[in-house]
Amino acid sequence: MTKTSHETGLIFRNAGDRGILIELGLKIDPGINHKVRAVAKALELNPIKGITQIIPTYRSVLLIYDPLVTQPDKFKAVVRRVAENIDSSRETDSSVVQIPVCYGGEFGPDMKNVQKASGLLQSEVIDLHSAPEYLIYMIGFTPGFPFLGGLDRRLFTPRLKTPRVAVPKGSVGIANNQTGMYPIKSPGGWQIIGRTPVNLFDPHRKHPFLYKAGDKIKFVPVSEEEFREIETEENH
Amino acid sequence: MGALKVFSPGIYTIVQDRGRFGFQHMGVPVSGSLDRFSFTIANLLVGNPENLAALEITITGPSLEIRKEMDIALTGAVMDIAVNGTRVEQWQSVRVKPGDIVRTGQVESGCRSYLAFSGGIHVPEVMGSRSTYVQAGIGGFKGRPVQKGDVLETGETLLLERERILPEKYIPDYRGDLAVKVIPGPQDDYFDDGINTLFSSSYRVTPQSNRMGYRLSGQVIPLKKGMPDSITSEPSMPGSIQIPPDGQPIILFVEQTVGGYAKIATIISSDLSSVAQTIPGDAIRFESVDLHTAHKLIRDENNRMNAIRNSF
Repeated sequence: MTKTSHETGLIFRNAGDRGILIELGLKIDPGINHKVRAVAKALELNPIKGITQIIPTYRSVLLIYDPLVTQPDKFKAVVRRVAENIDSSRETDSSVVQIPVCYGGEFGPDMKNVQKASGLLQSEVIDLHSAPEYLIYMIGFTPGFPFLGGLDRRLFTPRLKTPRVAVPKGSVGIANNQTGMYPIKSPGGWQIIGRTPVNLFDPHRKHPFLYKAGDKIKFVPVSEEEFREIETEENH
Repeated sequence: MGALKVFSPGIYTIVQDRGRFGFQHMGVPVSGSLDRFSFTIANLLVGNPENLAALEITITGPSLEIRKEMDIALTGAVMDIAVNGTRVEQWQSVRVKPGDIVRTGQVESGCRSYLAFSGGIHVPEVMGSRSTYVQAGIGGFKGRPVQKGDVLETGETLLLERERILPEKYIPDYRGDLAVKVIPGPQDDYFDDGINTLFSSSYRVTPQSNRMGYRLSGQVIPLKKGMPDSITSEPSMPGSIQIPPDGQPIILFVEQTVGGYAKIATIISSDLSSVAQTIPGDAIRFESVDLHTAHKLIRDENNRMNAIRNSF
């Protein structure tokens, strides 16, 4: 299974009889994640017959293949060549997506937990949380759920001891060193500090998603009144 | 007017096709029929293209009023089916007419049955599929299981020239303990003794089992000493066997896109349908095969399916 180490290149792991995981590193790291996206992009631009899906993740790329068309022994060498010849210094196309958030109150029932953990005022939590441009490392869990990196250390807060059965759609939360958003109502244990009125996932829209892995998210604090206005407009 | 009206829905009856492919990188699970074999055969038996939508029935089946002449077929888990009170056979086409009442019962063995109709269940495609993904409320009939009073449409009907019966040798038997073949990994290197435990003991399906995942219980599978409790979240394939800190395996299924625990092994494609037919209390044993063997089994299954197609 483990043919080579991360230092010399890539690790290939079997994910069943239709998937191959190409591992580029172990850590959550912007550099590794950048390389992941560059490899995924390069593989998309150099299609390999029988590879049906390319899924970039934090630190690896999952390739799904049709075993009636190809086998890993046939395409591993090509994948290795493509991956090792990418110019990962080149910027992949990335945009900054602004997401309005109404913090605290009924939309952020766990704001007090984050305040308690950090010893900060609500206004300070909002300032710190809405300052960075967060890198989307990966999308998963539910449609459009972004795993974001770059949260300010002062806001690190452990997950809820008992996860909620239903976290409302649009909720913005913190789990340890991560922050993210719930595009659909789902169970979850993140500390919820606010909510966006924007539909993060709408399968009936021409573009069901507002962002992709590699883009950046910038939260923009809005008042409850502005939240209601945007919400009305969104669901018009 | 519709093609059929739901009298009683059963426990969990949902519209499914093969699945929603191409959006896993956006967190959209493939969904689709859990028992691909029975689903495909149901469509073949009524003369449909193989990806048309059918009803996936779990444990207890629905009762329907038919409003259009068509052929229907019930495959998968063993379950009574009757038309106007007269029992009919599974794994074959049955002609029904407007006003007929189709009743299905409770599973006798297996877990999921598939009921296909001429022309398929006609619902709008969402992101390229008619599969219901209940958590997001998309696909299928209004994004939810069917309910009493729902009226479903079917596509264009082409009645069969003669009835179709699946030869008996192809009908699966869901009784008895199940031996499931797996390919070790992707994180088999997180385990040492745990690998032996997985392959030498037997695991029971617990009631916490659904289309997202099957929780199993049995001998604890320990991580190798010094390995972290969890891994950096990564995408999962249907059939991945994830080991959380309590050491009790979870089989990730079709409504799951990401897992955060080490995956000791992955069930081969050809055995997923039979896992989908287990019910709480059933015992599963795992055995290891290599990739070459798994691919040979996929080719064998494909050849068997071709033989079935050609037999009609």
